[in-house]
Amino acid sequence: MVALTDEEKAMRDGRDGDAVAAAMDLLIRYADALGAAHLCETRNVAGTNTQPSPAKTQLFEEGGWSKAFAVISLDCDDDIEVPRMKVPTCQLQHGFGDDALGIMPYSERNIELQADAESFYSSKGVNVLATCTPYQVGNLPTYGEHIAWMESSAVVYANSVLGARTNCEGGASTGSASITGRIPCWGNHLVENRYGTHLIESGLRMTGFQDWGMFGYFVGDAVQEARPVMVGDLGQPDLADLKHFGAAAASSGGVEMYHIPGRTPDAPTLEAAFGAAAPPEPLRYGEAERSAIYDSLNSIGNSEDVDFVLIGCPHASLEQIGRVARALEGRTLSAGTELWVMTPRALRAVSDRNGWTATIERAGGRVLTDSCPAMSRVAPTGTKVFATDSAKQAHYLPAILGIEAWFGTTEECVDAAVTGRWRGSLAPAAVVR
Amino acid sequence: MTSVAETRLVLRGRGIVPGRVEGRALVSHETISGWGGIDPATGTIIERRHELYGVCFTGKVLVFPGAKGSSGWSGFFQSTRLMGTAPLAMVFTNLTTKAALGAIVTRVPTVTEFDDDPVARIATGDRVEVDADNGLVVVYGPRPGHPR
Repeated sequence: MVALTDEEKAMRDGRDGDAVAAAMDLLIRYADALGAAHLCETRNVAGTNTQPSPAKTQLFEEGGWSKAFAVISLDCDDDIEVPRMKVPTCQLQHGFGDDALGIMPYSERNIELQADAESFYSSKGVNVLATCTPYQVGNLPTYGEHIAWMESSAVVYANSVLGARTNCEGGASTGSASITGRIPCWGNHLVENRYGTHLIESGLRMTGFQDWGMFGYFVGDAVQEARPVMVGDLGQPDLADLKHFGAAAASSGGVEMYHIPGRTPDAPTLEAAFGAAAPPEPLRYGEAERSAIYDSLNSIGNSEDVDFVLIGCPHASLEQIGRVARALEGRTLSAGTELWVMTPRALRAVSDRNGWTATIERAGGRVLTDSCPAMSRVAPTGTKVFATDSAKQAHYLPAILGIEAWFGTTEECVDAAVTGRWRGSLAPAAVVR
Repeated sequence: MTSVAETRLVLRGRGIVPGRVEGRALVSHETISGWGGIDPATGTIIERRHELYGVCFTGKVLVFPGAKGSSGWSGFFQSTRLMGTAPLAMVFTNLTTKAALGAIVTRVPTVTEFDDDPVARIATGDRVEVDADNGLVVVYGPRPGHPR
């Protein structure tokens, strides 16, 4: 049984009201299921409340957002009043916002419901960052900080790149954490569970964003939910590279934590990455493996006629939006092809100021904010074939939407949007030894 | 029904959501995705490459290695409860936050952390009793013919 502090017992026993008591009840059941010895204090929660789903919509119609929050976010059947969030809590990405009205077959009712939910939850203190990448727009936990985040790509980034500590949380655990400031202290919260389990030796230097995505896809497939340690002359990754690497590894496997010695903060050295254990025999990533991953990510494409190009999964960084704008300068999209760049509203504001949004829109593309076609499960009407620079979307969208996928570089994707044809091919690998 | 003579196998584990039910097993040898993997409205597996693609788990004892994919896992299984399509019980091998939270909000008897692998030892169609109060899964009757 999880050991509770006096403060936690008081919350459980109703001192702070019915909602907090229900939240503690859920956290205790969850901690006991995991076998957690105690709860962690947290001041950073990233969850999801505003995305409409059939079940949530029904609950909202029965009893408003309080009912929806009680049932979905606290696993509680009682009528309760939603209190103000106790600790800083942000909203992750959700369905389409009104900037996508009329351009795809997504219910206007959902967009209205979502706007209504945003008003409700922001009045309760939820920070509507509305992105799968809260770390790109101001939510940056510090090294060693216990946080409670959902969203697989955000979890792996927070654990690995920022050195914060979170498990892959869900709707009810983040909902309960947001009004109690507690989460089970289990798994990635404990130092002994953060050491590497697998060694991946790359014989290739990563030449950019696409390479990091393919490498992540390989690593996730190889280790599944374990904790890989990558070594080799990899080069210097940037934010977008590691965002893409982790998202890919969390899609092909379930990676929540990795180390790149000398690059990620839990592992200044190879020895530090494995703790007291000796590094295991390495798995090798070379030209053959890279080619196989590329072929796998492109195995669902047959037709070279591209209807839809998707950039930004996880949500595009400023640098990525700028690259798309540069590649589109003076060009016009093919009449039958849509190009969407997905990003948080806060980054769109910078993109607007930098003139990138105008360049992209002049060419016929769109910069859409806060949303995700995979979450909303819709693409532009009539899409049969899409192209993306995201290994994660190449993995998920064909399954979710039944469409064909091409995976390539950002520039190849922009070219496909301009020509309406896929002409991507794998550039030679940078072999280092 | 619960006579000793019929008992084929008893797996010992740890109950994480209490309760005791009896029903037919549906065994997945592959991990299951929530978001993108199941349709809560119909209680079916929708991941195209999954061995149980198109199969309904409603009212079955779902035996599986563990959860994979999005952190929406728990929310999708919670929706099966709200929409009346939930499995009867859950029996899984690998304990993770997704599967643990998912089982709790689905509110069906759940056992994990076994002394033996339930996925290897239980077959689809087996009549099983899930006794999560005592951390037991009892398998009845002869082993049915099955492709694996």
